[in-house]
Amino acid sequence: MLQINNLHVKLEEEDKQILKGVDLTVEAGKVHAIMGPNGSGKSTLSYVLSGREGYEVTDGSVTLEGEDVLELEPEERAALGIFLAFQYPVEIPGVGNMTFLRTALNAQRKAKGQEEMSAADFLKLIREKAKDLKIDADMLKRPVNVGFSGGEKKRNEILQMAVLEPKMCILDETDSGLDVDAMKLVADGVNALRSEGRGFLVITHYQRLLDHIVPDVVHIMADGRIVKTGGPELALEVEKNGYGDILAEVA
Amino acid sequence: MPAVAKQKLAELKRDATEDRLAAMSLPEGAGWAAEARGAALARVREMGLPHPRDEYWKFTRPETLTRAEAPKAALFDGGEPHLFHERDRLHLVFRDGVLDMIASDALTLDGIEIERLSDAMAKDIHWARDVYGVLESNGQNPVQRPLAALNTAYASDGVVIRVIGKPAKPVCLTYLHESEDSDAILHHVVRVEEGAEMTLLETGPAAARFNKVMEVDVADNATFHHVRAQGRDHERRAVTGTFARLGTESTFKSFTMTVNGVLTRNECVIELTGDDAVAHVAGACVGDGDDFHHDDTVFVTHDAVNCESRQVFKKVLRNGATGVFQGKILVKEGAQKTDGYQISQSLLLDDDSQFLAKPELEIYADDVACSHGSTSGAIDETALFYLRSRGVPTAQATDLLVLAFLAEALEEIEDESIAEEMVERLSGWLERRAA
Repeated sequence: MLQINNLHVKLEEEDKQILKGVDLTVEAGKVHAIMGPNGSGKSTLSYVLSGREGYEVTDGSVTLEGEDVLELEPEERAALGIFLAFQYPVEIPGVGNMTFLRTALNAQRKAKGQEEMSAADFLKLIREKAKDLKIDADMLKRPVNVGFSGGEKKRNEILQMAVLEPKMCILDETDSGLDVDAMKLVADGVNALRSEGRGFLVITHYQRLLDHIVPDVVHIMADGRIVKTGGPELALEVEKNGYGDILAEVA
Repeated sequence: MPAVAKQKLAELKRDATEDRLAAMSLPEGAGWAAEARGAALARVREMGLPHPRDEYWKFTRPETLTRAEAPKAALFDGGEPHLFHERDRLHLVFRDGVLDMIASDALTLDGIEIERLSDAMAKDIHWARDVYGVLESNGQNPVQRPLAALNTAYASDGVVIRVIGKPAKPVCLTYLHESEDSDAILHHVVRVEEGAEMTLLETGPAAARFNKVMEVDVADNATFHHVRAQGRDHERRAVTGTFARLGTESTFKSFTMTVNGVLTRNECVIELTGDDAVAHVAGACVGDGDDFHHDDTVFVTHDAVNCESRQVFKKVLRNGATGVFQGKILVKEGAQKTDGYQISQSLLLDDDSQFLAKPELEIYADDVACSHGSTSGAIDETALFYLRSRGVPTAQATDLLVLAFLAEALEEIEDESIAEEMVERLSGWLERRAA
């Protein structure tokens, strides 16, 4: 599904190389996790995949189902099926959460040549999806993420994911700022979306999220590269021994 | 300014004023009306029409508003009915500044007495005498507003409304622009009697050049709501003056939405003369292009105890558009417990657009709470990216953020259904703004 080849990325402003040749393939139906110490380039990878400005791809390629992703604008990537759950979801005062979701859904439908969803159908859809994530009517009415707790913001990200039904979900440190109950709720939301045709890339610093969202493959990233790949047991190893051993081993 | 230069400027202004006056003729009327017009004409001659060197016109060039001939303005068909068309209302239609009695509803509505200005002026005795030109004249101090005095002298049409109850529906004035070189001067007079309440709606571009004055006398415990939409002809020009006097425990709320138009100057002069009165004036403006110029000039005078005033103005400017805000709160001696608030903000969508603001407070009482703020900012890039990452194209995401920015001003509209109608229309206009 998602194919990343030899991806080199630098920060435009600082002329600093962050990613130094990332190779990664996420198959449909699989959950891949990327773990790594701070500053290893995990979040940069997620931003580059979603099309955020400020990063320059100096080499390599990214394709989703064969389509060149790097050529596309962020909204085109979204319509293609890429979704990034933000580490820090953005507050948008003045824009209601419902309006935001409906605008996004209909923009994607339009981009795919589908009819816009009617207000009634949308309401039905959103109520059903929100219920599973314990998102109440008030949270739907309020401006996007404004005054939301850390847990509410992350649940709101998963709600967007559930409504937009992307092919490739990238979760950037979704566990940060969550207590155990909130993490469980978020993980349940993600697990409910796991399916044959959908790939996941779960970026996390700690293993604990992976207790709830059990990955098929775990990658360790360090200094802008994937340095080790393994099964779920790799995450446990990190939990037990930290990154030091692995990094020393591959150095 | 040196004495010689001052004299030179006075001469220039006098000549320009006489040029304009020579091109006009005073409409007829009964004794009181002729007297009011004559007094106003004398005021115009005394003050002279605005000149670019006048301090009050520092940010807005007045020439096209003052010169004898109105600049042509191409007609514009937005392909949609004017705002408020589906509302239950008493509807009056003006074509290039002339009331069309056939297209309008009959001038009857429970709770109000409404007449055409010329009819009121033909009568020897009329209540409007106490308001017509009176509030405008009061509003000439401490800052001169010669175009409003010009209006009082020459207004050729308008409505005169006395509110004695609580009419079940609003009065809606729709201003159609049908001739490329129309030059309209309208003057409305409203007196809301004690305990009475009304809503006045205004919509439409009115004329190639439009000079409108509205005097609103709000008696004790009375309420006046005003919502207007100034759209959407690209080339039209307008100068408007709203003069309000508020009695004890009365309420005045006015909201204006402006989209397009090469030149708009909306002056609002409010005098809080009775204790515990409330005055809110707000505006949302969307400007596009380097020939767009929009000016909100507001002057609120607190001359009573425990009154509240709010000024909330938001402008979205792009492609070289200019926005101006001159807002003042004057708290007179003895106007204790005044609560005065003023905010003017602009969202600049590019580096070519500009917002010029002159917020002022002048306070002669010691127990008051007054605040003012003015900001200019660019679009929130993080929010824009967030929206785009969810599949919303840049233009649409920008529109959404523009509406969010304007929301604070639109929330000033008391009637929720009117606010919703405004937001919906605005959103449509944003989508098709190039058309």
